[in-house]
Amino acid sequence: MALRALVARKSLGLGFQSEAKILAVGSAAHSRGFQTFSLPDLPYDYGALEPAISGEIMQLHHQKHHQTYVTNYNKALEQLHDAIAKGDAAAVVKLQSAIKFNGGGHVNHSIFWKNLTPVSHGGGEPPHGSLGWAIDTNFGSMEALVQKINAEGAALQGSGWVWLALDKELKKLVVETTANQDPLVTKGPTLVPLLGIDVWEHAYYLQYKNVRPEYLKNIWKVINWKYASEVYEKESP
Amino acid sequence: MVAPVAVAVAATTALATPSSLTCALVPSWQGLRGSLGPARSLQWPKKQQRQCRRKAGGTSVTAQFELKPPPYPLDALEPHMSKETLEYHWGKHHRGYVDNLNKLTAGTELDELSLEDIILATYNKGDLLPPFNHAAQIWNHDFFWESMKPGGGGKPSGELLELINRDFGSFERFVEELRSAAATQFGSGWAWLAYKANRLDVGNAVNPKPSDEDKRLVVVKSPNAVNPLIWDYSPLLTIDVWEHAYYLDFQNRRADYISIFLEKLVSWEAVSSRLEIAKARAAEREEEEERKKREEEEKTSDGEVEEIYVDKKSDDSETE
Repeated sequence: MALRALVARKSLGLGFQSEAKILAVGSAAHSRGFQTFSLPDLPYDYGALEPAISGEIMQLHHQKHHQTYVTNYNKALEQLHDAIAKGDAAAVVKLQSAIKFNGGGHVNHSIFWKNLTPVSHGGGEPPHGSLGWAIDTNFGSMEALVQKINAEGAALQGSGWVWLALDKELKKLVVETTANQDPLVTKGPTLVPLLGIDVWEHAYYLQYKNVRPEYLKNIWKVINWKYASEVYEKESP
Repeated sequence: MVAPVAVAVAATTALATPSSLTCALVPSWQGLRGSLGPARSLQWPKKQQRQCRRKAGGTSVTAQFELKPPPYPLDALEPHMSKETLEYHWGKHHRGYVDNLNKLTAGTELDELSLEDIILATYNKGDLLPPFNHAAQIWNHDFFWESMKPGGGGKPSGELLELINRDFGSFERFVEELRSAAATQFGSGWAWLAYKANRLDVGNAVNPKPSDEDKRLVVVKSPNAVNPLIWDYSPLLTIDVWEHAYYLDFQNRRADYISIFLEKLVSWEAVSSRLEIAKARAAEREEEEERKKREEEEKTSDGEVEEIYVDKKSDDSETE
């Protein structure tokens, strides 16, 4: 149902402005009645996060990996569109894993790019406002939060993400991990992602090889806390 | 191909995987008293098989797994798989799994089990215990290195090719299936060719009428560290599709890596000899089960029913 609603909503072309910010909805209306997604631009140059993350990694990550998720997401949605039109229930169900993986890949990376920013633009500068207070309240200190995220990110088996999330219902901050490209929402419908760190090997391998903890240590230097604060303030009651 | 240390124990016994074998599986396949089924036994016999590839610390109880090198120099697969990739993949990743498993099992009851038995025990019916990932990744990597050879590729022959033709239609269709499994493993994991000889084995039930249909080649994929041993299949071939397996050489192009693996690296000889041993293992297990069944029947007629059934739950309904 949710997917059907998603397709239907896109097909009406509603909410383009706001959706574009989050999911980069493609502007070209699809001839078959629904819109496709497109790769969002990075808000900084590929090399702008060096030395924390190399330009080569950023370019491959954005142009190749994220692009592939977008392409395959669109493909799966097109197949979904057809399957729904034909009333083929089995085909609709069969498409779920590809939609979750590729759609999740697109959603997660779209957030990730905004979670990063060059040092010259305030990367790594800790949050001062209400998010800073909330972190102290929920985790004891910023250092404790960083330690927790690094530990959970390092311990994650295989590919996945580690998140700082706002649980809107419990009104508290939580650290979560998701496997593969599962988006945060799979861990609970009330979770809002403030910060997501990609711990797939493709996110760090060319520079950090097998030493994921080193990548996690360095990524804090380019974290965009301003963005996380904005989301937090908007979503906190 | 066979790890020398395993030979002594391996001689006639069915092993899951000849060449990657780190430790013989003798006892667990060999009808342990009270076990529910050969590979499914969760009653881990101790001290029966630990020596194989562990550092023999004299009579010391603390056994350690060792990092086993690939059966070729680290630059031997160039240009298809670079020395740098092997240095990290074997020298760092594989080594890390060995170190971590040794840390996790030291002083525990797992300390005396074979690698395979640790895998089966810590898989814990899908609710993974911490040593599982490390143990299974050691096994998977040993198996992966020995799935390749310098100058590999080409086509299989003999019985392996016959079975591939029978079970997939043609070699080309098999390759397509394996390629697709490897390409569509969402995230880190492995793609496998395995020999599936197991019978229907659900809980305590045993398929009373195993047919030849049960014995066939299958292509499967598995996430992260999971391998087909936990389904009681005999793995014959694997492709590592964790990104660290190909990222330095192919970056995001997993499909190219898979093609090169199949065209230039795969050792069909290794796969053939694994098939042979998998079949022998299956035959031996069947014989063993037959024998046990006969024994059961004899004992039943002797009127020893009560005592025997204490740990032979699975056969209750059948024998009565």
